[in-house]
Amino acid sequence: MTSLITDQGPLIPRNRAIHPEPYDPAYKTSVSRSPNLPLLSMESSPSEETGPTFGHNKLGALDNNLILNWTKGAAPAVGERILMHGRVLDENNRPVPNTLIEIWQANAGGRYRHKKDTYFAPLDPNFGGCGRTITDENGYYEFLTVRPGAYPWPNRANDWRPMHIHISIYGHSFGQRLITQMYFEGDPLIDHCPIAATIKDRSQLDRLVAPLDFSKSRPLDFLAYKFDIVLRGRRQTMFENKLEGM
Amino acid sequence: MTQKLDVLQETPSQTAGPYVHIGLMPTYAGNGGYYEEEIGTTPFVDESKAKGEIIEIVGSVFDGTGWALRDALIESWQCDAGGVFPGADGADPAFTGHCRFAADAVTGEFTLRTVKPGSYKGRGGTVSAPHISLWVVARGINIGLNTRIYFEDEANDDDPLLNRIEQRPRVDTLIAKKIEDGKYRFDIRLQGQDETVFLDL
Repeated sequence: MTSLITDQGPLIPRNRAIHPEPYDPAYKTSVSRSPNLPLLSMESSPSEETGPTFGHNKLGALDNNLILNWTKGAAPAVGERILMHGRVLDENNRPVPNTLIEIWQANAGGRYRHKKDTYFAPLDPNFGGCGRTITDENGYYEFLTVRPGAYPWPNRANDWRPMHIHISIYGHSFGQRLITQMYFEGDPLIDHCPIAATIKDRSQLDRLVAPLDFSKSRPLDFLAYKFDIVLRGRRQTMFENKLEGM
Repeated sequence: MTQKLDVLQETPSQTAGPYVHIGLMPTYAGNGGYYEEEIGTTPFVDESKAKGEIIEIVGSVFDGTGWALRDALIESWQCDAGGVFPGADGADPAFTGHCRFAADAVTGEFTLRTVKPGSYKGRGGTVSAPHISLWVVARGINIGLNTRIYFEDEANDDDPLLNRIEQRPRVDTLIAKKIEDGKYRFDIRLQGQDETVFLDL
């Protein structure tokens, strides 16, 4: 008989202390949209430990290039050209390969291409504002895009969102599903943003701030920002495996 | 000082915001044709070949004032009619198990068209009643909300999750009501009276 450690146990219970407060009066919309009652705790089951998979065949060649994907390569978007890159890991410090990452963002002027965004910064005719990719076998991903602009939003009388890129990640199980936002090193608006401030532990908010990364910057072309993402992991358990004939 | 743990912490969540549709449902955001193939528009690979009963579930996501959200986005994940999760051996090849759907921008109502899931055996041999897992995101929701749809015309009495709900009337918040053959209603209430049971799984 041999035994080995596998990570096919239940999902490690979520540490809610690192996450934003669901109810935060400074972010007004959360007041009527946050549950009042405690969540029901339960060990994960196959419904949360399995999840959808997406093959590369669904993706187009420009899907992770937001500078070119809206015009299908015909003309580049306006703005500061950046490479957003990083790794997806799980809580057991293992890479998460072959998982879908989707991003969306405002253009360099701070305007979203969405029928509900009416901010008077203009749309860029060459920028759509979304992209997607699949992590490689080591969990790496990258997007080429432009740095999004900051923009005002209706909350308190004069609230502005810091520059940010929205990120959606699947992992390999539905219970790992996560949406978050990447902020940019040195942006003074981070300290004034009620959405960023829904995360009460400053060291946790700092984990959403991407550092400038000259190692990946391409001279005379783009700057780079690094953003690693950690998804929930599964509890490692001893799995006893009877060898054949024993 | 103790030794350092090898584990990492999950990345903190942030709200999906009002423009989540740009990233996840570009056609809904008014950007149709952005991708050659949009993800999650239907849980069917081929609806005409999918095994089991095809059903529609309609509903709304209500905030604490009773207003139906116009900007909620929901994802579903479920096993097939035989109780097998897509990707596993023996799963129905005509069904992906995953769908994205949004509240209508005018009425706030959503529709999920899918197959009715089967029951399955989990850890320790416990049998779960047929259910669909949901994940709800929107502006004002700072971390996605997990819940489940069960069905009033299925045997739910021995379901391990439903049996953990102490206040028995709250079980009803997870049960879709049959409104006609093949059609169910399932409303989600974020807070207030009849607040939906949300899960920490």
